[in-house]
Amino acid sequence: MNREATLTATQTTQAPGASLAWLRSRSRWSVFEIAFWLATLLTFYFFPSYLMLASQIAITALFAISVDLVLGYAGIITLGHAMFFGLGAYAAGLLSAKAGWGEPLTGLLFASALAGLVGFVASFLIVRVQHLALIMVTLGLGLLTYELANALSWLTGGTDGLRGIDTWPILGLFDFDLWGYTAYSYTLATLFLGFLISRRIVNSSFGLALRGVRENVRRMPAIGSAYRGHLRKIYTISAAIAGLSGALLAQTTNTVALEVLSFQRSADVVVMLILGGTGRLYGAILGAIIFLLVRDQLSGINPQYWYFGIGLLLMVVVLFMPRGILGGLARLAGRDQ
Amino acid sequence: MIGNIVIVLFDGFAFGMLLFVLSVGLSVTLGLMNFINLAHGAFGMLGGYVAVTAMRQLGLPFLLSLPLAFIAAALVSVLIERTLFRRLYRAGELNQVLFTIGLVFVSAAIATYLFGTGQQPIVLPGWLRGSVEIAGLRFGVYRIFLIVVSLAITALLVFGLERTRLGAQIRAAVDNQRVAAGLGLNVERVFAITFALGSGLAGLGGALAIEIVGLDPSFGFHFLVYVLIVVAVGGLGSITGSFAGAALLGIGDVAGKYFVPEIGSFLIYLLLVAILLARPLGLFGKR
Amino acid sequence: MTKNADIVLRTEGLKKSFGSLQVTRDLDLALPAGARYALIGPNGAGKTTLINLITGEMRPDSGRILLEGQDVTRTGTAARVRRGLTRTFQINALFPDLTPLEAVTLAICEREGIAGQFWRSLTAHEQAISEGFEILRQLGLADVATKRTRHLAYGQQRLLEIALALATRPKVLLLDEPAAGVPKDESAMLFRVIEALPEHIAVLFIEHDMDIVFSFASRIIVLVAGAVLMEAEPAEVRDDPRVREVYLGSAHHG
Repeated sequence: MNREATLTATQTTQAPGASLAWLRSRSRWSVFEIAFWLATLLTFYFFPSYLMLASQIAITALFAISVDLVLGYAGIITLGHAMFFGLGAYAAGLLSAKAGWGEPLTGLLFASALAGLVGFVASFLIVRVQHLALIMVTLGLGLLTYELANALSWLTGGTDGLRGIDTWPILGLFDFDLWGYTAYSYTLATLFLGFLISRRIVNSSFGLALRGVRENVRRMPAIGSAYRGHLRKIYTISAAIAGLSGALLAQTTNTVALEVLSFQRSADVVVMLILGGTGRLYGAILGAIIFLLVRDQLSGINPQYWYFGIGLLLMVVVLFMPRGILGGLARLAGRDQ
Repeated sequence: MIGNIVIVLFDGFAFGMLLFVLSVGLSVTLGLMNFINLAHGAFGMLGGYVAVTAMRQLGLPFLLSLPLAFIAAALVSVLIERTLFRRLYRAGELNQVLFTIGLVFVSAAIATYLFGTGQQPIVLPGWLRGSVEIAGLRFGVYRIFLIVVSLAITALLVFGLERTRLGAQIRAAVDNQRVAAGLGLNVERVFAITFALGSGLAGLGGALAIEIVGLDPSFGFHFLVYVLIVVAVGGLGSITGSFAGAALLGIGDVAGKYFVPEIGSFLIYLLLVAILLARPLGLFGKR
Repeated sequence: MTKNADIVLRTEGLKKSFGSLQVTRDLDLALPAGARYALIGPNGAGKTTLINLITGEMRPDSGRILLEGQDVTRTGTAARVRRGLTRTFQINALFPDLTPLEAVTLAICEREGIAGQFWRSLTAHEQAISEGFEILRQLGLADVATKRTRHLAYGQQRLLEIALALATRPKVLLLDEPAAGVPKDESAMLFRVIEALPEHIAVLFIEHDMDIVFSFASRIIVLVAGAVLMEAEPAEVRDDPRVREVYLGSAHHG
């Protein structure tokens, strides 16, 4: 009797601590993570001729992370996220080409804020609809933005693209070089920053609430959650991050093509995310790396065949690997409990 | 000016009827199975290429190539439905969307491999070419043909759905699947037949569309957007809704491109988003 | 009416129809603090509809719902929950990929209004987490606190339903067949958990098993065809010929 009482006592005093420790362990930096980010630096030494490609990957990875926040964590299907990527690209591009202000960091902030603002407005529309209507609204908003940019060709350059962008040296010190040292450092640093912000978000109580929405949106009101506010918030944040990545593209390439707003870009980023695995941030990065590396290797062939591969891959992933590459690996490693 | 308006209305209505044939199948299958089939336009493309091949390689007349397009699309679609799509009925919207987008990519690539990226023109029989003049206005004969064919199909569909046994089964299954299955209805079989019919109509639409909009490997995606708009506006599982939605979109699209060519497409998408927000179940949706 | 102050939840003339079918007719209900009331009635009597009306998942055609004397008829579901009106579901409505600890902590964060804080790590909310764990411990779920919900045994998932509701700190708790699908011996255990709930909470539960109803309810409301047939002590309900006729006679199989 006595022994049992002590046992229960120790259990009750230790167990809450244990559960807290368990939660902490889930958000702690793992060795893999640190190794991964250190490895991104190796590109400078081992693949100096691929730095431009590497910065493209960093930009796309950041874009994919922004989609993961809404699709992977909050469960909002979006087929029009290029809208915010393109907005960011045009905002940064126009700031330099039309207003003559080429300072990159303020350009980033401006583009991100503008995309976030539009995202905030759009979020009021997004939370009103579900299912097919939601897919259609995101698709429609994306197509609409594309057509708008096309129609405003006096401003955007239309199908010819926006030219005349001149990005000044970063902090007035580091000029953009032909080999991409500065571009990769700049995009990688921004990616890392965007990743840190996203990581903090998904590990917060807000991140937990988003997963709640994804897992069972209809239960949310019954635990007292005004979940639409959560959705508006994450959609705004995601738009701002997508705008950030678009601005990076404009600044590192000094041009903005109409393609930044295309459905293809919206679809590609979802493909990458699904391929890498949703709802784990690194899936977005991994998906972007694989997608762009393979596309670069196959750039000589007809793009239609590239899409044959992508299409087949999508079908196979959906049927046999619904959690993406990282999800599959986690399962193999038994970390899925 | 009034003459222009009449012609735009006429052309728009004809285009709308084409959209109706292309999209009514998706509306019904979506309402029936809740399966978001973004590859619906790809079946239309398949029908188009079958018609082109039938006319060029086999030398069949245009009118015979049309049922062939219907049959080919119906057969291929039911094959895919039975082997692949059925696994995804419970898989969630995202998986359905991704899988069928994948299918669109693959089908576009196959079309490129077989036919190249160029347009595939066809030669219409003489009696379908040219135009007739009524009250000083010239109406394209092929467009009249389109309208007649589509109205006939609409009548057949409405009659079939209201008066036949299969129609009653489909309506019952759209209304409440569990109850229908409980009453001993073979829902799977109804699915398969409906799916085949719907895709067959898309195939027929693809063949009919060649003369109006051309045919190339991007057809599947390009028309997907139109088809989805029709379904979204018309509401799921409703033939009359699809008809009205298609007519509206057709007229709106032609009018927009005629009167305000710079922002025509923009207006269409704006209208789409506005309608979806005001009536998420479509203008004519009941559920 | 004399004990007006004790009444936490009151409905006045609730009406709801689906088409021509009246599922709730002029329903007046009063739940005092600390109530352990059972809501019984044959299938289709409108029990779940009533709960949906009270929690705001459905809007009544007419009538009022008062929570602690305040009219909440037009208030949204989430806001009612935050004011202390909570329910559980007949069919598990959980978060399959979250652990019980995460789910309960989420409900607490929503209650405390900190669920929207995206700049602070979840683990910084130590109080919410330990409170969440404490609730799980009380319901015997401590061992599975960090297991994904979908790996939990069915009975444990039913308990988690209750844990989620408790995390909202309810003043009124509506339990829609809390033991649905649970074997008989386990369901008695489940109801002992319900019996041990904090005294001040007013509990209204729907249950089909009459043995359980008679041993756990302090008062029974009999609903037939959307209207209250009678409301009385268990013994009185047991002996009432009308209840025997419409309910016990046909549906009693315990």
